[in-house]
Amino acid sequence: MKVNAVNLTETEYVLPGNRTCPGCALTLAYRHILKALDGQVIVTVPASCLTVLHGMYPITSVNVPCVNTPFASTGASATGLVAGLRATGRKEITVLAMAGDGGTHDIGIQSLSGAAERQEDFIYICYDNEGYMNTGNQRSGSTPLGAITGTTPILGKRQNPKDIAAIMEAHCLPYIATSNSSYPLDLYEKVRKAKEIKGTRFIHVFAPCAPGWQFPYSDTIKIGQLAVETGLVVLYEVENGIFRLTSASESLARKGNLKPVREYLAKQGRFKNIAEEQISQLQDWVNTRWECYIDRATNF
Amino acid sequence: MPKTRRASASLTKKANKANIRLLDGNQAAAEGAKLSRVQVIAAYPITPQTPVTEALSEFAERGDLKAEYVAVESEHSAMAVCTSASMVGARTFTATSAHGLAYMHEMLHWAAGARLPVVLACVNRAIGAPWNVLNDQQDSISQRDTGWIQIYARNNQEILDSIIQAYKIAESVYVPVMVCFDGYVLSHTEMPVDVPSQEDVDRFLPPYKPHTILDPANPKNYNLVTLADPRANADGVLCHGYMELRYLLQEALQNSAETIIKVGQEFGELFGRNYANMFWKDNLDDADIVIVAMGSLAMEAKVAMGMLREDGLKVGVLGLRMFRPFPKAALVKALEKARLIVVFDKNISYGSEGATSSEIKSALYGSQIKAAVRNFIVGLGGRDIKARELADAVRKSLPSLKTGALNIEYPEWICYI
Repeated sequence: MKVNAVNLTETEYVLPGNRTCPGCALTLAYRHILKALDGQVIVTVPASCLTVLHGMYPITSVNVPCVNTPFASTGASATGLVAGLRATGRKEITVLAMAGDGGTHDIGIQSLSGAAERQEDFIYICYDNEGYMNTGNQRSGSTPLGAITGTTPILGKRQNPKDIAAIMEAHCLPYIATSNSSYPLDLYEKVRKAKEIKGTRFIHVFAPCAPGWQFPYSDTIKIGQLAVETGLVVLYEVENGIFRLTSASESLARKGNLKPVREYLAKQGRFKNIAEEQISQLQDWVNTRWECYIDRATNF
Repeated sequence: MPKTRRASASLTKKANKANIRLLDGNQAAAEGAKLSRVQVIAAYPITPQTPVTEALSEFAERGDLKAEYVAVESEHSAMAVCTSASMVGARTFTATSAHGLAYMHEMLHWAAGARLPVVLACVNRAIGAPWNVLNDQQDSISQRDTGWIQIYARNNQEILDSIIQAYKIAESVYVPVMVCFDGYVLSHTEMPVDVPSQEDVDRFLPPYKPHTILDPANPKNYNLVTLADPRANADGVLCHGYMELRYLLQEALQNSAETIIKVGQEFGELFGRNYANMFWKDNLDDADIVIVAMGSLAMEAKVAMGMLREDGLKVGVLGLRMFRPFPKAALVKALEKARLIVVFDKNISYGSEGATSSEIKSALYGSQIKAAVRNFIVGLGGRDIKARELADAVRKSLPSLKTGALNIEYPEWICYI
């Protein structure tokens, strides 16, 4: 049965009330991720907004066991949990590593790459809010071109982000997917699928950040949808090398009409200084990538 | 691990007869880990530790050791694997040297802060720049404030024995233990080592019992953000703040001496090699001159002691076994008769002096002992240390025996400048 908002499990693992900002996309994503895993999971979390979500000792808002681990160590920590569980004969528990884009693209990439190359048996989810949001919005390897951050305060970022899903695909993983907090059921289904696969599974989740990106708290879902509609974010999965567009990106590919990126940029304060030249650079980047995805997709 | 294994029941029965093998220090460390039935090993190769990783991966691949061997991509990850595996209840081991230990620094704090009984073998090596792969103790001394217990071995037998004891200590007080031994001098030098039987080690070392176990059936959040002040839980019960957790770690190290001595004594009763001490004493009874050294240097110092005794000097050697916790009170007692203490350090706290010298002086403060303390920095980056050089340094210090001069600001170096 296909999952929908009605038949989704009512059990909550992210309990009401946590320390994240209003309109937090991470909370929404995490709620569906833990539902998809039925709570049968040990999570490892590096320094990130997710640390904030988990609360402050001795109170936590999350009803699954969790290890907090230093920033650079997420992939290694997950490896240790898997090895420790195997060594002590507890094989039925899923290990989930969940880190932000700074913790994945930048400081955590070594331990993630090492673990992926060893094909360690865990799910790694990067929730991507395109910057160091927990420390107040600084530039990361995932910040888009033209975005103003605390460390690109005047000129905005002058480079495109790195494509972390492509980097992880180069590790020959059994399952790689991209998702988006505005499409929670797409995310839910991908986590369900990942759960049943052995080896290192990687899911990238686009997670808009209202205070960091400077849009109203009420617009988190809209911004996430617009990112997909403009082709800045593409929802897909690669299962044993087979590439499929999914959910809204699949429909867009069938209809063939992406919205201009300008519409997405105009709704966010972080792009207020973006130059015309950068907008067309960004549009070209989106168009090229979109064509590549269409070429690769096997499902339409 | 078989459930029938019980450690304490048969401690009174003597161990099986000696099984002497010729082992270098690295092999002794690997054998010690294997006999301790480690369950998760994560290590990254670095000279001179590499043979430890090779030996352990061979044990694991051959099936001689039922353990998960994780060939991690860095030392930072090695310790992260150990801490996380320890949190789900596995006995963990790693080994490293020099830059590897420095790269682990953050995770060393994490292991101690989370009170995880990880055991690490540190094969002591110099740290760059410039590059140097040879021995000194700057690496482990640089990690002295990370909250780890530090044991230094004088020979290969002590390496093997200390690793087995390290698990019993670590898992009793929930503090990680670093077993340090000198690169090359011990790591690549073969010596006769009595390798205990698995049966006897099983009698000595019970299985690991974690203080917290992570389980979805009873969710707990480990190492959550903790504020400075105590904070109430959902039931209104006040729980520790960050500072109280730090106090408890310090308290655990302060009190660990008792456990270290008890474990050393139990080991002695079973295996005939007694470790019920924090340091080794040689000829201290009549000595007014005491040489202090740590690790293999304490053996070299014994040769120097022999030379000086031939000169008619009353010289003894105090070989430090424990650097953390530092046995201040016991040292003061052992140094009661000393009038001149010559401390040799294979490390330097730049702008101050050798680390053990500072510790000795700090121990003496406020005691009745009026001894001069002279500090010599020796053997950095593998510089050969000859017994006669140690003896000469003591002779050079003899005027302090008469004057009792205490205030020598900086150490002397045995080098060509």
